[in-house]
Amino acid sequence: METSARRRFISALAGLAAGALLPARAARAQPDPFAPLVRKITDGAPLRAGRVTVDTPLLADNGHSVPLKVSVASPMTEADHVRSLTLLSEKNPRPVMATFHLGPKAGRAEVVTRVRLNGSQRLLAVAQLSDGSFWSGSAEVVVTEAACLDGS
Amino acid sequence: MLARISVPEQARRGEVMEIRIAVRHPMETGFRYDNFGRPIAKNVINTLVCRYNGAEVFRAEMGSGIAANPHLQFYLLAEASGEIEFSWVDDSGNRGRQRAAITVTD
Repeated sequence: METSARRRFISALAGLAAGALLPARAARAQPDPFAPLVRKITDGAPLRAGRVTVDTPLLADNGHSVPLKVSVASPMTEADHVRSLTLLSEKNPRPVMATFHLGPKAGRAEVVTRVRLNGSQRLLAVAQLSDGSFWSGSAEVVVTEAACLDGS
Repeated sequence: MLARISVPEQARRGEVMEIRIAVRHPMETGFRYDNFGRPIAKNVINTLVCRYNGAEVFRAEMGSGIAANPHLQFYLLAEASGEIEFSWVDDSGNRGRQRAAITVTD
């Protein structure tokens, strides 16, 4: 994903701007499908948009295996690090795809994996930082062939 | 369970190491049916833990949203020579373990 550096930079920039200028609007901007899931993760704490970058191909031919990279702008020190990262899907029958627990020993707040996606959708990644704050990033993916073709 | 891990053999202290693991596993969603129309039980690797010299440094809790033959890539700070160990368990209780030795130089 060499070409993703620019995307990451631009969305990080957008996230910074959103976080700096519109802190109050960020919470309201969360779309409905994620709201109950987010509430479960944050336990009512505010979720701010920014710092988290979700990198996927814009178009995935096959929903069975879509490469995905989540990274968080964090120094990953003992005082300031990412505690956990949760991947949420808008359309999957089980919307919580995975939770990763990191710590200061990770050195870099980045996880790469492959996910199953049931159709074109928006993905949301929620990061909990060591200071207890929650940040999110999202990505839109167009999936040509959904993962769940039978039974769901 | 078959797994392949990629851990650098050598690293300098303070270096950020790229760690990768791929496990052979169907990651059954529980939403599929067999040829006789019977549902196939959900069976995914629900937890995968990475320990560095005994201390937990990374944990993944996964669901059916992770693709078959799960692959994970993350990073670790090189601190001391020793062992990086992965262990995981799926819904049917099958466990897997794999480890790699690492030498950290100053």
